[in-house]
Amino acid sequence: MTIPHALLALLAPEAKFGLRLKEEFEARTGAIWPLNVGQVYATLGRLERDGLVEYRGGSDDAPSQKLYELTGAGFEELRRWLHTPSVDGRPPRDEVVIKVMVALTVPGVDVGEVIQSHRRQTLEVMQAYTRTKADAAGDLAATMVIDAELLRLEAAVRWLDTCEARLRRGATLDTPEPVPDSGSAAPAKSETIR
Amino acid sequence: MSTTLELCDVTRTFGSGSTAFTALSEASIAVDAGELVAIMGPSGSGKSTLLTIAGGLDVPSSGSVLFEGSDLASLTRDERSKLRRSSIGYVFQELNLLSSLTAAENVAMPLELDGLRAKQARRVAMAALEQVGIADKAGSFADDLSGGERQRVAIARAVVGERSLLLADEPTGALDSVNGEDVMRIVRSACDSGTAGVIVTHDAQLAAWADRVVFIRDGVITDTTQQMPGPESLIIADGAT
Ligand SMILES: Nc1ncnc2c1ncn2[C@@H]1O[C@H](COP(=O)(O)OP(=O)(O)OP(=O)(O)O)[C@@H](O)[C@H]1O
Ligand SMILES: [Mg+2]
Repeated sequence: MTIPHALLALLAPEAKFGLRLKEEFEARTGAIWPLNVGQVYATLGRLERDGLVEYRGGSDDAPSQKLYELTGAGFEELRRWLHTPSVDGRPPRDEVVIKVMVALTVPGVDVGEVIQSHRRQTLEVMQAYTRTKADAAGDLAATMVIDAELLRLEAAVRWLDTCEARLRRGATLDTPEPVPDSGSAAPAKSETIR
Repeated sequence: MSTTLELCDVTRTFGSGSTAFTALSEASIAVDAGELVAIMGPSGSGKSTLLTIAGGLDVPSSGSVLFEGSDLASLTRDERSKLRRSSIGYVFQELNLLSSLTAAENVAMPLELDGLRAKQARRVAMAALEQVGIADKAGSFADDLSGGERQRVAIARAVVGERSLLLADEPTGALDSVNGEDVMRIVRSACDSGTAGVIVTHDAQLAAWADRVVFIRDGVITDTTQQMPGPESLIIADGAT
């Protein structure tokens, strides 16, 4: 649950309207994850129900705008969340990793070519992000969020490079021996047929 | 856009007979003025071989290298060395700074060789060192600089003056990622003002600064990136909901 907590963080300095929260969230994250106002108000509604924010009234000139303030309980929840581990040690299910690993067993498919396709496509995305970063030279928030994305993509490329190097050293993958469905049940079954 | 550098079916074979080894095989690549191309490939794939041939420091076993339309093989020795000195900036994998010279002298040297007066060369060199963020080390001998600082002196030396081609082999090897990025911004801005650039790297983050990434493997160019539609496709424009 990232968005509700991010909103709590943005409310920490002072009470704010929903529209302002949307704008600040996007500015802080380099507009990479757009948020709509409806989503923001729906989330604020749930946070209010849980006692983490308090409704402070509407806006005089824009009646649809509502002011919200962080409560003491909200601040405690925010602190707890900021320190909660974001890695749990379980590997995420990475699509590229799975594709390459299964490609090794598909007859007629050149794993080297599969690796290269992914390397090229990843580089193309990295080039697009880098162009954005070059244009956003003065925007620290955008730069830092793009850095995160670029480093993640770079790691993917390095994994592909590493795979290729290992395979070029002549390493081969063992295919596990097929395991009979239920131990000794199989021969027993064939005996009953006989 | 005019083509600054063109390699046509360049092959480079080292040795002969049973020990002959082909480091580069029929490589063709064209780099326009203002364009930055990155070459990526595993160690030993022929990247440095390609770059030294592109800069006229080595000659192909077959195939040709055109610089601004003229075949390097058709130039006289003098013409070739003048070209190397004044039109091409290099950053070598081993940097090749002169240890008995200061940072500023290293950067000023190619300008002086080109006939610029010492005082003026020094001024231009200082501006280049400033650009790479080590003007304060201008008076230090190359030997007394850190690896990253030496790297930046080498970059400054390569971009100084009016070069039409910039060739760099692993130009950010000793730099951390923020400093490496500074170097790429300098290379990028040289290219944006009309220089053609070729950089060799196995760092994907650096390669991503290029307009085109060319992949090489066992001396053969195997693949090239295509430019994706602009950043709009990755990042939603302001005000979108
Ligand atoms: N003068 C030479 N004589 C013989 N073989 C050479 C010579 N120069 C390079 N080679 C060989 O040619 C191949 C390509 O070398 P090159 O220096 O171009 O690789 P590279 O892609 O730059 O590698 P790295 O990433 O390690 O710098 C290597 O196998 C190398 O040993
Ligand atoms: Mg090399």
